[in-house]
Amino acid sequence: MKKLWIWLPLALFLAFIGLFASGLFQPDDRIIHSRLVGQPLPAFTLPAGASDRPALVSADLATGRPRLLNIFASWCVPCAAEAPQLMALKQAGVEIDAIAIRDARPDVDAFLKRYGNPYARIGLDARSGVQIALGSSGVPETFVIDGKGRIAYQHIGDIRADDVPMILDRLRDAQ
Amino acid sequence: MIAETGLAALWLAAALALLQLLLTFVGLRGGKPELLAAVRPAAVAQGVLTATAFALLVALFLRSDMSVLLVATNSHSMKPWLYKFAGTWGNHEGSMLLWVTVMGVAGAAVALFERALTRAAHMATLGGQAAISLGFYAFLLFSSNPFARIAQPPADGQGLNPLLQDPGLAFHPPTLYLGYVGLSVAFSFAIGALLTRQVDAAFARAMRPWVLAAWVLLTLGITAGSYWAYYELGWGGWWFWDPVENASLMPWLAATALLHSVTVLATRDALRAWTIMLAVIAFSMSMVGTFLVRSGILTSVHAFAVDPARGSFILALLAIYIGGALALFGWRIGSVREGAPFELVSRETMLVANNLLLSVILGIVLIGTLYPLMTEAFGHKVSVGAPYFDRIAGPLALALMVVLAAGPLTRWRRDRAAAVGRRLIVPVVIAIIAVGSLAVLAWGRIGILPFLGLVIALSVGAASIAPLWKRNLWRTPLFTWGMVIAHLGCAVSLAGMACDSAFTVEKLVAARPGDMIQTAGWTIRFDRIMPIAGDNWTALQADMTVDRGGAPTLIRPQSRFFSSPPTTTSEAALLTRWNGQLYVVLGEEVEGNRWQLRIWWKPFVTLIWLGGVMIALGGALALVGRERRGWLMKWRSRRAMA
Repeated sequence: MKKLWIWLPLALFLAFIGLFASGLFQPDDRIIHSRLVGQPLPAFTLPAGASDRPALVSADLATGRPRLLNIFASWCVPCAAEAPQLMALKQAGVEIDAIAIRDARPDVDAFLKRYGNPYARIGLDARSGVQIALGSSGVPETFVIDGKGRIAYQHIGDIRADDVPMILDRLRDAQ
Repeated sequence: MIAETGLAALWLAAALALLQLLLTFVGLRGGKPELLAAVRPAAVAQGVLTATAFALLVALFLRSDMSVLLVATNSHSMKPWLYKFAGTWGNHEGSMLLWVTVMGVAGAAVALFERALTRAAHMATLGGQAAISLGFYAFLLFSSNPFARIAQPPADGQGLNPLLQDPGLAFHPPTLYLGYVGLSVAFSFAIGALLTRQVDAAFARAMRPWVLAAWVLLTLGITAGSYWAYYELGWGGWWFWDPVENASLMPWLAATALLHSVTVLATRDALRAWTIMLAVIAFSMSMVGTFLVRSGILTSVHAFAVDPARGSFILALLAIYIGGALALFGWRIGSVREGAPFELVSRETMLVANNLLLSVILGIVLIGTLYPLMTEAFGHKVSVGAPYFDRIAGPLALALMVVLAAGPLTRWRRDRAAAVGRRLIVPVVIAIIAVGSLAVLAWGRIGILPFLGLVIALSVGAASIAPLWKRNLWRTPLFTWGMVIAHLGCAVSLAGMACDSAFTVEKLVAARPGDMIQTAGWTIRFDRIMPIAGDNWTALQADMTVDRGGAPTLIRPQSRFFSSPPTTTSEAALLTRWNGQLYVVLGEEVEGNRWQLRIWWKPFVTLIWLGGVMIALGGALALVGRERRGWLMKWRSRRAMA
């Protein structure tokens, strides 16, 4: 009996190691998904975020055709990595609007000049209020909006080159 | 060149650690004792090399050498020098290098200064230390090289997390790390003792200063971390039960238990197996803490480096070292003789009770911290928060305080319950008076735990001083003074916690400049709000005049904006008075030029940290008191020889 007691700590410890290992190698699904998927967009009005694009109002996003709403910021490095994919989507005829988070207009202008401007309209969300209302937790993030102004899909993180066909599929499905 | 030299020093140190391990192994097992002569020089050289590598990394940060990846991603050329300096360890690679450095320097110290152990146990200890270091060298060199270069250096860096740009936090991690790593020495001692089958009072006396020093540093680190969270995060609380906070609390709980059981072993030669077990657990908790913080396995406000590859490396180290130590424990502990017996009513029993309570609290914190992980393995997502910990650990901590009051008033080996009861009369009378007066003053207005907390704090305070009763204070040993001050510190902290949760007054208002706010006897005039600029931030600052029937004082809470990386922090304004703190946070602007203000009056909240400092001071006095005699003797014998 006493012998068993001595080995108990080791047994407990091995159980912990097993638990840690299972936690470590589990696919990472700690991403926060918006509960707004399938819901209409919350109403908002934002001032223009860039000098050569109009401002953004939530009503602009219900035009009868599915479109993308991209959340980005000029200070965000993955957003720069995402820019070529957004340009490719624009080339494929997708309409893209954007919200710039905690940004300043000159910075956004510089960013677009450097990485290209795929956007039809850009709203400036200086205090992240709209971002929070959208259920978005970081930049970049992209929403597929159907023709009626409802959120059909939320893409968290940057759109990689191999995500582009999937985004196009989602847009078709939202028709 | 600096980065390359640093990397070379690190590789050399790793090679020396390997050599040190082989030398001790062959020297002790293979019957070639002459090899052991090289072990101590190897340990010292290793310490010097790690310290050199670390100093070189500090130099790279101070020079803002952006061609080094680590500097480019964690520093910024515009940053004040103090934060460039602190940025050295404010990131994953740098903090792991700090870890290895502290281990190397501690190993050198064990090699140079340890005299109490037998030669075989001393060598086995150094071998154990080399084995642990080796794993961490491998981790640094193969997966987290702090000296890696980048091909195209940026002009500026990305900056240090603004929350970390605070003098308190710049020095809080190194303090904690010194404590963590000090426990690795205790762990190596335990391994050495098991390997050479020398678990006895002499071993405990050799291990005790290391445990004490590690524990003092852990205490200071936790106290500083708690105060930092309190004034920097701006939420008005002092403990959040965040996984990273728990990661520092768990080794502290284990080290506190170890500190008391090692005293029993040193004084009375009892609790042998238990002391070894606690030494293993204490260092395991340091490593588990490191693993939790560094693997990204748990979500936390200040866990950095979310990286499963590194996580699995640390997990493998954890499995090898802790699993190995526990296996060795199971294998060898049977051959360790039972220690000296003791009666039920004795100081030993009190210390066993202290150990058991601390272990149960440790278990509760560990389960609470890992519970989200366990449920996730079964497909549920749960988070465990303050209510769980408060409700379960709170009562146990109060029970621990009662043991703390009675323990020092009980004699070693055998005592009579009636005699202990007599010595406890004063604390009990104080408790009764406290219950009575509190019941009259505050019954129904404060919760049961704060109520008990205040009562117990008062009587424990009285009981802590009792060992000095009728003694010649000048001739009382420093060790006893240390114990008294540390125990009194526990009472002081407990009183602060109880007052904070019982009597805090909170007020949330939306005010315009010019408004007057009344709360908890304070009059607060919101004078104006204006933008200001600092070294690497801009801020909105509110000027307020506060007054409580004395001279009006100006306070200035801020909402700071850092541009790289873009972050907003709130700098709370704290006004400290002898009887509490006024805590004001400037929030967001709401419509019509009104600003959200959160105002707390926290009576006696500062006692929490004052107590923490007293506990650490007590530990330091005990350390000096125990060691001074040895130092004096050594000094005298050297003078006699000269």
